[in-house]
Amino acid sequence: MGVKRTPITEIEIPRLVTPEEVTPEELEMLERGGVLLTTLNKMVNWARKWSIWPCTFGLACCAIEMMATAASHYDMARFGAEVFRPSPRQADLLIVAGTLTKKMAPVLKRVYDQMPEPKWVIAMGACAIGGGIYRSYAVVQGVDKLVPVDYYVPGCPPRPEALLQAVLMLQKQIEKESFNNKI
Amino acid sequence: MVAMGDWLEKVKERLGGSVLEDFEFRGEYTLLLDKSSLPGALEVLKGEFGFDCLVDLCGVDMGVDQEPRFYVVYHLRNMTTRAQLRVKVGLKDGEGIPTACGVWPGANWMEREAYDMFGIEFEGHPDLTRLYLADDFPGYPLRKDYPTEGYDFEE
Repeated sequence: MGVKRTPITEIEIPRLVTPEEVTPEELEMLERGGVLLTTLNKMVNWARKWSIWPCTFGLACCAIEMMATAASHYDMARFGAEVFRPSPRQADLLIVAGTLTKKMAPVLKRVYDQMPEPKWVIAMGACAIGGGIYRSYAVVQGVDKLVPVDYYVPGCPPRPEALLQAVLMLQKQIEKESFNNKI
Repeated sequence: MVAMGDWLEKVKERLGGSVLEDFEFRGEYTLLLDKSSLPGALEVLKGEFGFDCLVDLCGVDMGVDQEPRFYVVYHLRNMTTRAQLRVKVGLKDGEGIPTACGVWPGANWMEREAYDMFGIEFEGHPDLTRLYLADDFPGYPLRKDYPTEGYDFEE
């Protein structure tokens, strides 16, 4: 036969490249060419970041702004966070929107405890941050006395843009998290 | 506003000695009743004078050193003639008052509210528990000697 063939022993087998070895320039080139090079961490965070499902937890007038944020004009769905879950077991984000009374406090704690990990909390509005105008026997002076808060959104009530900004900042935070040791 | 006419005189005549005081302010009439006449006097007002609607029942704290310290105030309305009457009953600190639940069933939650905020005991009430505040809440917040921020504000 006239076909010349390289002997098998002489073929160079491509070595597996670890992500650390790829320079940023190479990465950009590969991404432009349609090659997705990633780590499991990055992929999980990417998925989490674009599907932050908030728990339905409106307590006062802030809840109206929260609804406006989810509705068509501001459209939180653009950031994957439109699915307000009626059950804490299906939620990732707890937006504490409004005045937390002491009677409601055990309920908030319970809803938070029922949410599966990973979970995040946004304190929305002056009342949730620190009691607001209610310096009173009936109001919890800030929800951070009960649950760990990731982002505080000031305002009385905050504009939907402000809440959206908190969601966007949360997305950036999630990007940097290591998915297997959150909290 | 229906003219008071002479029904107020009839009420005073019927209730006799249990009316301690009566006064008028801008066409609104108030009777100050003796506590011992309750709930009979309220039954008379409902049954004989047609005050079938208990508009509101609330407590008042006049101040720690006042005598009587508390008032329970009943706002009554006759739905037929639209006549209105306010009935007040004075209470010393720690004193109870007979419930009006047997006269107007709607008094149930109103009395619970007064109990919740002022700690006024309504004797014979079917379920005298707190209405607004948590069951383990300390103190009675609308009393004059209660600190606005509560006892455990900093906690």
